[in-house]
Order: sequence, then C-alpha cells, then structure tokens
Amino acid sequence: MTQLLLFNVFNGLIIGAFYALMALGLSLILNLSGVINFAHGGFMAIGGYLAYTLFSYLGFWGALIVSPFLVAIIGILIERVLIRRLYGRDPLYSLLLTFGLAFMIEDGTRFIWGAQSLPYQIPSWLAAPLSSEYFFLTGYRVFMMLLVAAAVLGLFVILNYTRLGLRIRAGTLDLETVSVLGVNVRVLRNLNFGLGIYLAGLAGVLAIGMLGLQPTIGDNLIMPSFIAIIVGGLGSLPGTLAGGLLIGVASGVTSVFFPSASEAVMYVMMAAVLIVRPRGLLGEEGRF
Amino acid sequence: MPRLDKRAGDVLIWFLLLTVPYWLPLAGSYVELGTHVVVYALAAMALNFLLGYTGVLSFGHAAYFGLGAYGAAMTIKYLYPSTPLGMLVGVIVGTAAAGVIGLMIVRLRGVYFAMCTIAFGQVFYFIAFQWRTATGGDDGVSAWHRVPLDLGVASVDILNNPEAFYYFVLAVFAICAAAMAFLLRSPFGRTLLAIRENERRARFLGIPVDRHIWMSWVISCFFVSVAGALFALMNNFVDPRALRWDQSGNFVIMAVLGGMRSFWGPLIGAAIFLVLQDYISSHTENWMSFIGLFFVLIVLFFPRGVLGVMRRRTAS
Repeated sequence: MTQLLLFNVFNGLIIGAFYALMALGLSLILNLSGVINFAHGGFMAIGGYLAYTLFSYLGFWGALIVSPFLVAIIGILIERVLIRRLYGRDPLYSLLLTFGLAFMIEDGTRFIWGAQSLPYQIPSWLAAPLSSEYFFLTGYRVFMMLLVAAAVLGLFVILNYTRLGLRIRAGTLDLETVSVLGVNVRVLRNLNFGLGIYLAGLAGVLAIGMLGLQPTIGDNLIMPSFIAIIVGGLGSLPGTLAGGLLIGVASGVTSVFFPSASEAVMYVMMAAVLIVRPRGLLGEEGRF
Repeated sequence: MPRLDKRAGDVLIWFLLLTVPYWLPLAGSYVELGTHVVVYALAAMALNFLLGYTGVLSFGHAAYFGLGAYGAAMTIKYLYPSTPLGMLVGVIVGTAAAGVIGLMIVRLRGVYFAMCTIAFGQVFYFIAFQWRTATGGDDGVSAWHRVPLDLGVASVDILNNPEAFYYFVLAVFAICAAAMAFLLRSPFGRTLLAIRENERRARFLGIPVDRHIWMSWVISCFFVSVAGALFALMNNFVDPRALRWDQSGNFVIMAVLGGMRSFWGPLIGAAIFLVLQDYISSHTENWMSFIGLFFVLIVLFFPRGVLGVMRRRTAS
C-alpha cells in the first residue's frame, strides 16, 4: 500500500512538473502581455515532433537541446507577425487568435507527421529502473524531474539576476513606466513570449519520452495548466509552480483511492480556491 | 430614418427566417441546414447577451450548451419520452450548473474570468467522457429520438417532417429572441450596458455590479442551454464534443463575425460560419487548418463583424 501510494505521489509529482512547466510559460506571457495563449499546447506538440525529426540527425541529446530553441524561434516569429498587433485590445481577440492557431498547429502536425502515434526512443540506460524494489523509479523519470528542476532554476536566475529578467518583472508590474524609462517594450514582450514558448517546447520534448507522440498531446496538459495558474494565483510565478505541483500530486494521490476522480479533483481544488481565496494561493490582491 | 432602417431590418430577418423551407432548397441546400443555423444562432445570441451587452467574456459556454443537450437526451432516453419534458430538464440542469459556478467566478474580471470559464467548462466534458454507464462516454447518448408533439387536439410530427421540426425550432428561437430583446430594453438591460461601458461609474451609482453580472451570466447560460437541448433533438444524438472547448470558441467567433454590438449579429455570424464550415469540410480533409485560419483572419481584419462594419458605413 505504501509503495502504491509512493508510486502515485511520485507519478503525480512528474505530471505536476509538466503542468508547472507549461503553466510557467503561459503565466510569463499572460503577466506581461495579457494574452492567454491557447496555442501553448500546440507549441508543446511542435517541440515533441521536432525532437522526433531531429533525433535521427542529432541523437537524443542533440534533439533535447535544439528542439526547444527552434520552437522558441517559431514562437518569436508568430508573436512578431500576429500576436503583437493585438496588445492593448480586448483580450477576446488574442484569445480567439491563439485559439485559431491551436487549430492550425494541430492540423499542421497531423498533416506533416501523420495522425498515428509515434514512438520515441530514449537511451536504454535511462529507461532502466534504478532499484528493483521501487520499480517506478526509472532513470528517465528521475532525469525528467532533474531537468524540469534545472529549467525552473534557470528561469529563476534569468528573472532575478539578468537585465532582461529584471525588465520582465518590472514590466509585469507597470509596463508604461518601464517604457518611459527607455526600455523597448516591443522587444521585451517579444523575448518574453519566446521564453514562455521555450518552456512549452521543453515540456514537449520531455513528455514524448513518457507519453508518446500524437497531434493532440498538448490538449491534455493545457487545461491543468490553466488550473495551476488559477490555483497558484494569477501574476505569481512561484504560485504557478506550486499550483502545478500541487494539483499533480493531488490527482496522483486521488488515483490510488478513486481512479475515475483523478481529473475531477483538480477542478474541486480550483473551486475551493476560488471560493476561499479568489486571488489564488500566492496571488496579489486586486490584480484582477 | 435610422429607426425605420432598424424596423426594416427586423422585418427582413423574420421574413427570411419564416420562409426558409421555401427558398433554401432553391439555393441548393436542405431545410436541415436552416435548422442548424437557427440552433447555433440562438446559442451565439445567448452568449452575446453576456459578451456584447454586459462586456463579460466567457469562453466556456459549450458546457451549458452540452448540459442542455445531455439533459434532454438522457431524459427522453431513460426517464420519459416527451420532447417538452426533455427540454425542460436540460434547461434546468444547464441553468442550475451555471448558477452555482457563476457564484464562484462572478467576482473575477477580464482575462481571469475568461480563464476560469474555460477551466470550469472542461469539468462537464470530463464527466460526460468518463461516466460511461450513464453518458456512454466517448460514444455519446444514442438510440433515442425526439418525440412528436402532442397538442391535445392535434399532434405535430416534428420527428419525420423536417419542415415541421424547423418551425418548432424557429418558434422556440422566436420566444427566446423576444425575451432577450425585452430584457435588453428593460431597466435591467440598460444597467448591463452601463456596466459594460464603465463598471466603476456603475458601482458609484450604487448598482450592485457583481449581482448584475451574475444574473446576466445565468440568463445567458439559460438561453444557451435551450439551444443545447434543441441541438440534441436536432441530431437525435449527443456526444462529448457538444460540450468541448472548441464548441465555446465557435460561439464566440460567430458573435464576433456577425457583430457583437448588434442584436442580430450572432445570427448572421452563425449563418456565415456554418455554411463555410459545411463547404470546407466537404472539400478538404484539412478543414481544421482553414477554420483556424478563418479565426486568425477575422481577428486581424474584421474584428467589428458584418453588422459593425455596415453600421459604420451608414454612420459616416
């Protein structure tokens, strides 16, 4: 029983790490630009598929490093051409636009790579279990956790110790003042969008080793990411991180006792947070 | 003069709607497409009650549409084979769910509100998908059909006669549209407009803003669940796609395409969208790309919608 529980807590932690990675990217974009990026799951899928294609040229490690960067570049281009025009307008329009983009990306990946699920080969030494007693502790899962942790740490360092990060954080609080102080806000939002999409691409590359690859891979992760943001608190990145891990573990633990409610528990948590504390666990008062 | 124009527009729209079975086959189509358009138009107009007239963005209306559909389908299949009873149960279920969820999200605004409606919208999708024994899961609720109306003196065969069913749907649509128009013209409707234009000022005037938004939300969801119940009757079938998030997006794009600031806009948007979707999906397998592109193009080049642009033309 304890082993089953431990297994599901660990599983939940991994899933939660994915939710958090996706939600952090969404949050970055939402906080600075006020855009809900519905196509985030689509960018994640692109990350996975690009890794699949790059795998035969660059191998596992090359694909892991290059693919998220390519996705970020695609994101930066899309921001420049399409999303930039909608800043300052009713959020309705950016939501509709990214909604249409999500459709196009899903159909595009299906057109290029086919609708059937594709396998992804991870190095065999990573796939093996680390101990015979805790069979679920495969090298790849631990490796994923470490990589997600590294990505989150990297994001933390960028936001706190670089000029770009400082400007992103300042812009989140008061974009107008940042602009008046001579920062090129258009470039700032552009790079910030790229950073958010990079995280989605990274989530995509990591996810395919575990979940396999199909055009709708992002669909199952985008809703929990929204919930993670709501639970953690809009406007707070640490909150988003905590929210993602929390709902992941909660749904993992629930699946021990009540397998069919493992999705529902996330929504129950969201409802509870909205009733007790509408700004979310770590959200600021009066931001929205 | 503009007042006369508006009257003329109303008359024209009702005339066209009433004569659909006569002119639509001439245009090479079927009455069923007309029924489809009217059902979706009701859903989009219901959404627009909230979006266009209260200024609150919901991206999760498919949930209440789908609840209306499932309520009607399951009532007729399991409880009692009666079309009005099915509709009644569907609408009650959809409206009740909206009432409860509305209480949780009514304090939120803007993108935050939209995000919560999206997330809550998915709850019912998962329930419909996972609760196999009752909802049939992915396969949906099938093996039932709408029941001819029994009016006491005569019975109307809305099951086998598509024209009779069209007029049944149109009658429901007319009642709902009239009710919405009445509400929008009432002091309550004017208050909603005031909230849309300037929420802070409305609050200063002593208007209980949250309560009004909640009421507008519930009214909007009430009408969208009526549309959902009609949707189930139309197909004699319902599956989880009726309440998935892309359905919500369709309602929003219909309202925007036709013109959010006008009463009839969503009807025109629904007609254009459905005819186009029908055409594209019968010509290419990649219809999703085209629909997606259509969304992008509307947002970039046509954000005011058909009626918004026309009104602008006449004003200048």
